[in-house]
Amino acid sequence: MANPTGWKPSMEKGAGSGADPQDTGLMGATRGLAVEEPLVFEQGSPGRCAISLPAVPEGSDPAAEIPAALLRGEIAGMPEMAELEVVRHFTRLSQWNWGIDTGFYPLGSCTMKYNPKSSEALARLPGFAGAHPLLPGSMSQGALELIWKLERALSEIAGFPASVMSPAAGAQGELCGLMMIRAYHVARGNPRHKVLIPDTAHGTNPASAAFNGYSTVTLESGPDGRLHPETVARAMDEDVAAIMITNPNTLGIFESHIAEIAAIVHAKGGLVYGDGANFNAILGVARPGDMGFDVMQYNLHKTFATPHGGGGPGSGPVGVVDALLPFMPLPVVVKEGETYRLVTDPAERPRTIGKIREFWGNMGMFVRAWALIRELGPEGLRRVGELAVLNANYVRAELSGHYNLPYQTDTLHEVVFDDKLQKEAGVSTMDIAKRLIDHGSHPPTVYFPLVVHGAIMIEPTETESKETLDQFVAAMRAIAAEAKADPEALKAAPRKTVRARLDETRAARKPVLRWTPGMKVE
Amino acid sequence: MNFPDDLKYTRDHEWASVQGAKVTVGITDFAQDQLGDVVYVELPDVGDVVKKGETFGVVESTKAVSDLFAPVTGKVIEVNGPLVDAPETVNEDPYEEGWMIVVEASDPKELAELLDAAAYRKFVEEEQE
Repeated sequence: MANPTGWKPSMEKGAGSGADPQDTGLMGATRGLAVEEPLVFEQGSPGRCAISLPAVPEGSDPAAEIPAALLRGEIAGMPEMAELEVVRHFTRLSQWNWGIDTGFYPLGSCTMKYNPKSSEALARLPGFAGAHPLLPGSMSQGALELIWKLERALSEIAGFPASVMSPAAGAQGELCGLMMIRAYHVARGNPRHKVLIPDTAHGTNPASAAFNGYSTVTLESGPDGRLHPETVARAMDEDVAAIMITNPNTLGIFESHIAEIAAIVHAKGGLVYGDGANFNAILGVARPGDMGFDVMQYNLHKTFATPHGGGGPGSGPVGVVDALLPFMPLPVVVKEGETYRLVTDPAERPRTIGKIREFWGNMGMFVRAWALIRELGPEGLRRVGELAVLNANYVRAELSGHYNLPYQTDTLHEVVFDDKLQKEAGVSTMDIAKRLIDHGSHPPTVYFPLVVHGAIMIEPTETESKETLDQFVAAMRAIAAEAKADPEALKAAPRKTVRARLDETRAARKPVLRWTPGMKVE
Repeated sequence: MNFPDDLKYTRDHEWASVQGAKVTVGITDFAQDQLGDVVYVELPDVGDVVKKGETFGVVESTKAVSDLFAPVTGKVIEVNGPLVDAPETVNEDPYEEGWMIVVEASDPKELAELLDAAAYRKFVEEEQE
């Protein structure tokens, strides 16, 4: 029986998009169909329930079996909803959301690259997903082998003799790195007091230093956006524990004086910490361990494409040089003959800084990162770095002239523009960012790094196609033209989102963090 | 941009109003304009000691978080408490109601190192280029 529904291609004639073609963004955004959704507290009906509990037997009072002190009274305003209402509530909210699987997400410094579904599938294999951290080593050989192999691979890729695997994310990796640096100096008789940090650094750098009891000294980068050896030499003394450098830095510029800077710091007994957040830019091309770095955290969710929040926790292994090996936190995985063993007893590593996270680290992330490294291989990893740089430089070339480039120096995986050319018409970086939403792109990072006033920091990543980049460029150029022709319209953006532009100032000054019965919801 | 002649200024964009050893400190009109809408101010406690050139607090806007740098060394003798609940005052009135702390300067010689209004205006113009 052929074609029982009677469908024929001509029936689809005229069944175009419901959107007004005049009102479709250059990256395809339309108003679509988004459903308004009240707060969960404003829904439901007294007595409605999403779960079925067994009936209480006659004469029984479960509350009587619980100590009175542990019994909770009624909660005013607790939503009472059916299962379908709950499901629709959260599904609708999720439809208001934006993710890398929805569209372009050029958030500079965050590296919002696509996470391949093959890595997801492997992380869900029952042997990994169901592995219990308290299983003995003899029953966890596969998991231990994977951790050991990933540790070897990361160390080789970045040029370090070994890596700590347990830190839960990049920021904890930094904290762990600084703890090892402190332990190293303490073991030599003096923890020292200062950490040097360039003005282009991520905010986590001074935070990690301060958490370890160090005061921070800010180093000014030069007019070319680079850190210069003489600046470091002036600030360097024997009270400096370490310098923290991101290479390439947050302007996307390679710190070409890194070897000389490392030599200056090492000569006075200091260590060189590498913020590996931008490691993706030089992946497979250059190794931080060869540049003079002593410690560096890898952000697996950036360079090795594990999910950013939401889809799973982060993971921030830390590469170290030989001098820091004794201070590595436990546990570590060692290979003995053909078996793998988890070292957990501080008696085996008496100078360890201890345990910084429960169990072994974020196992699911290890599986995803290892899958990616194996899938890409050495040549593929190098292509990641090369394509990330190519994509960013394509956007840079196509937008130059339309937006001001505060630094002319060559850049790698990201490019920072500012709003200088738009300011005259009263249009700011925030207006440009909000208008991009109407075209169908997540905005870039704005107002960071702090050395650029009105920064617009674009990082396309290697996973985007030329077609997507061309659409983005067209949208950005259209916004630059609109800033001249109709600046007021830009100030009204975004128009296509469920909510118009939110009052971020008022939200920060007078935050309302908790719903209470009877409150007026705006 | 308003830079009153009777105030002293730092290259970190704080102003200082000097009455004998008492120095009132805030951030300049240029600083508040660059920061944008101020949403949070963190100030030291009365009795804390601040050091010239070192941070004494934090000011946060919708764009960025910035350190506040002390123009002189000394003990904090007064703090503008109401700013914490009304950070917008820093934008609205940076030189009067938006003052932040009063310091009892321990080394009056440090005051000579501060900029006058004309020198600060020149510094701001250079920085904007």
